[in-house]
Amino acid sequence: MAKDKKLIKPLATGDKTIPPEGAKMIPIYIMGREYVVPETLTIMKATEYAGYQYMRGCGCRGGICGACGTFYRFLGDYKLKSGLACQTVVQPNMVIAQLPFFPSNRPSYNLEKLVPAGIKQGMENSPHEELRRLYPEVFKCVGCGTCTRTCPMDIDVMDYIALMKRGDLKGAAIKSFDCVMCGLCASRCPAQISQFTAAMFVRRLYGKYVLPAAEHLKKRVEAVKSGKYLKMLDELAKKSTDELKKLYTEREREPDMTEPGKWMPKDVSHL
Amino acid sequence: MSGYTPELKELLKKVEASRPARVERARKNQHFPALTMEQRKEWLSKYHPDYKSEGRRAVKVGPNKGETFPDEVVNLLESRSRINPKNIDLSKIDYETDVLVIGAGGAGTAAALIAQENGLKVIVATKLRHGDSNTVMAEGGIQGADQEGDSPYYHFIDAMGGGHFSNQPDLVAALTNDAPLVLHWLESLGLMFDKYPDGRMLARHGGGTCRRRMHSAGDMTGAEIMRVVRDEARNRTEDIKVLEFSPAVELLLDTSASGGGRCAGAILYNLETKEYYIVRAKAVVMATGGFGRLHIQGFPTTNHYGATADGIVMAYRAGVKLKDLDSTQYHPTGAVYPEQNVGLLITEKVRGLGSQLINIDGEEFCFPLEPRDVESSCIIRECLDKGKGIMTPVGRVGVWLDSPMIEALHGEGTVRKELPAKYIQFKRYGIDISKEPMLVYPTLHYQNGGLMINANGETTVPGLYSAGEVTGGVHGRNRLMGNSLLDILVFGRRSGLNAAEYIKAGVKGSRGQGVKLTLEHVEKFEKELKAAGVKEPVIGPMILPEYTPDHVKARRWGQSA
Ligand SMILES: Cc1cc2nc3c(=O)[nH]c(=O)nc-3n(C[C@H](O)[C@H](O)[C@H](O)COP(=O)(O)OP(=O)(O)OC[C@H]3O[C@@H](n4cnc5c(N)ncnc54)[C@H](O)[C@@H]3O)c2cc1C
Ligand code: SF4
Ligand code: SF4
Ligand code: FES
Repeated sequence: MAKDKKLIKPLATGDKTIPPEGAKMIPIYIMGREYVVPETLTIMKATEYAGYQYMRGCGCRGGICGACGTFYRFLGDYKLKSGLACQTVVQPNMVIAQLPFFPSNRPSYNLEKLVPAGIKQGMENSPHEELRRLYPEVFKCVGCGTCTRTCPMDIDVMDYIALMKRGDLKGAAIKSFDCVMCGLCASRCPAQISQFTAAMFVRRLYGKYVLPAAEHLKKRVEAVKSGKYLKMLDELAKKSTDELKKLYTEREREPDMTEPGKWMPKDVSHL
Repeated sequence: MSGYTPELKELLKKVEASRPARVERARKNQHFPALTMEQRKEWLSKYHPDYKSEGRRAVKVGPNKGETFPDEVVNLLESRSRINPKNIDLSKIDYETDVLVIGAGGAGTAAALIAQENGLKVIVATKLRHGDSNTVMAEGGIQGADQEGDSPYYHFIDAMGGGHFSNQPDLVAALTNDAPLVLHWLESLGLMFDKYPDGRMLARHGGGTCRRRMHSAGDMTGAEIMRVVRDEARNRTEDIKVLEFSPAVELLLDTSASGGGRCAGAILYNLETKEYYIVRAKAVVMATGGFGRLHIQGFPTTNHYGATADGIVMAYRAGVKLKDLDSTQYHPTGAVYPEQNVGLLITEKVRGLGSQLINIDGEEFCFPLEPRDVESSCIIRECLDKGKGIMTPVGRVGVWLDSPMIEALHGEGTVRKELPAKYIQFKRYGIDISKEPMLVYPTLHYQNGGLMINANGETTVPGLYSAGEVTGGVHGRNRLMGNSLLDILVFGRRSGLNAAEYIKAGVKGSRGQGVKLTLEHVEKFEKELKAAGVKEPVIGPMILPEYTPDHVKARRWGQSA
């Protein structure tokens, strides 16, 4: 390796790509038009390198917001592939189309009033009925598996839909948890299901009514609402930096491995 | 198409060659010497973007005139409006509402929900889609003192210590007092917190906490928070109207014979049709998030695409003072390769477990566990000053973070056991970090400062509220992990509530005869720019970052300027 000092000064600033001399370039097709871009770029950065400025189809640039769902094929290959533009690296002869928006069905509901209180006692039926009422199409899934093949998060979408159909809300909530709501699954569903909006509904049902509530949190909320900590905090807020520094350095640290909720500090006057 | 390119593999050989000896020394506890206090100071002032005088300058206009900020920030503070006030008829209102929320991340959405619950009509104007934000990117967790052995008292002390005691105490009191309320609110909205079977919340330590109070929803806490609050907003579309791809570009104030000067709306910009709209509101909540995409001094960032300081720019023109905006959180080890992982945070734990930072020649060049800002300076120095960084195929520079040392020091399988998420994140792209090192460089992570507010979320402009990363004071000059997801919800809710109370108390004369909307503050600001001799100001707010390469720009032969 030649050690040319010039080469080692950074060229790229921020997210701008400035390939060093001799960088390997490959052809890609953005919506059918050929561009030559440096290898190892993501589809998103390659598109910018080609001269596009994103407005739609770009959010977190980190694989979590779901703004950049993308379909692609390779020249001469019939297989349709999908991915997130910010997480998929370009390869030679990739033909790319992003899907920045896809209409989905999302009926409104009132989470507070939705489900009879009985649900907590295991009346498995009621939430399931709600799902049936809001999303009747979920029950028309034909089991083709296209959604699962399409999901860029490797979620077994067909499976969470099947769990929903069976009334296994917990299973569906947990299985769909990694969903970034990109909508690619819905765009390909022959049964016209918006899988990801139904999953969002089910996760909230699960979070609110099936997961047990945190009792310690409820107690603490009552204490906060009674104004218990206001005076303590007010006094702290008035302390000098030196006084605070002293309190800070003298803090007692809760050990890492204690039974949850059991550990108590020596001084309990500020709890 | 996986792993390192042949060129990088070649360079890797040097790291491998020096590794056995380095492991041997590490076993004997022989480390690269840490910097002395004097050296630390020198390194920081020469290389750390927060300290070095180069790349920073004093702002010439506005409420913080004379204070020093990074050039990229000053350019925008001294920017000209995107609109020409003279072209605009402010008597023609396009949207009328009670509360206008600007920015639909966690803070803005929380404000909208609470304002709506208090009987108000809300318009949320946001730049990209609802939820395209920094909120969605937070992985680690959210703090809240809900355990028996903890209380807001200790949370307060931790937050102040973390911020080097520079935080605004009334804000920290509000933050820590409301934390349990926020957690409970999220729970009641159906958020899937990590819990024990009996419903008790999982609680971990975070950097700088004396109690275990970091709560989470898998490794996508922010995304789960965002999805849930957004979903709830979508259940209330009758009262909460969300305008996507419609960034605000200017605040509107009101004026009347008896005074005015209250915030009374904003001008929105339709990114697609390039039209502008006038929104009149009785109160406005500014929640536009951070500024990572300014790429201060060329740094990569962890932030989302829309993090361009717009709220700061608009509010500054309207007269809101800034607090601590000269302080920025850089994380020393952000990934620079592969491209999908650029900006990705590589936790301190990797160094804690014994990985060293290595230059292009396979040499150590610093003690791996210096404080964050010092560590960042060491890496910058090695790359920029000494020219011993490693270049990626697309022109980024970094140093090796030698994670395979972990296996050598602690036994095979330790990397997978201790760093499962990072292992997978690299494995996906063909790099096994238990066998090959990572390439890293400091990355711009969090805007510590921002608009000055009080514990009610009020700014100094009546009728203008603000919450979240766009504000300053809550975290002082250094934020602890888990306190900003909390911050956005505490102050988002407080802003929504106090805006509602402000409106219900009757914004006197807001609709009466002779009360008009005005952009006078913008005109005044531009005069000030001229008077201060600011030459060729850029246009602000920035709205979208621009990554067009020079070879493309050079071919834009059209006439338009
Ligand atoms: C990678 C990463 C990891 C993080 N991890 C954690 C963590 O573990 N714990 C923690 O507590 N914090 C974490 N943070 C910090 C935290 O996520 C953010 O500080 C916080 O979510 C900011 O919320 P916000 O609502 O203020 O801003 P954002 O969530 O960024 O929302 C701002 C919104 O305003 C919009 N906007 C911008 N300009 C305009 C305009 N002109 N007009 C209209 N709308 C506009 C944006 O598009 C965006 O939707 C992390 C941040 C990042 C980037
Ligand atoms: S389940 Fe559907 S919406 Fe969710 S990530 Fe997968 S493809 Fe995207
Ligand atoms: S694509 Fe539609 S029909 Fe096919 S398995 Fe998925 S949900 Fe069922
Ligand atoms: S931009 Fe957010 S997932 Fe790709």
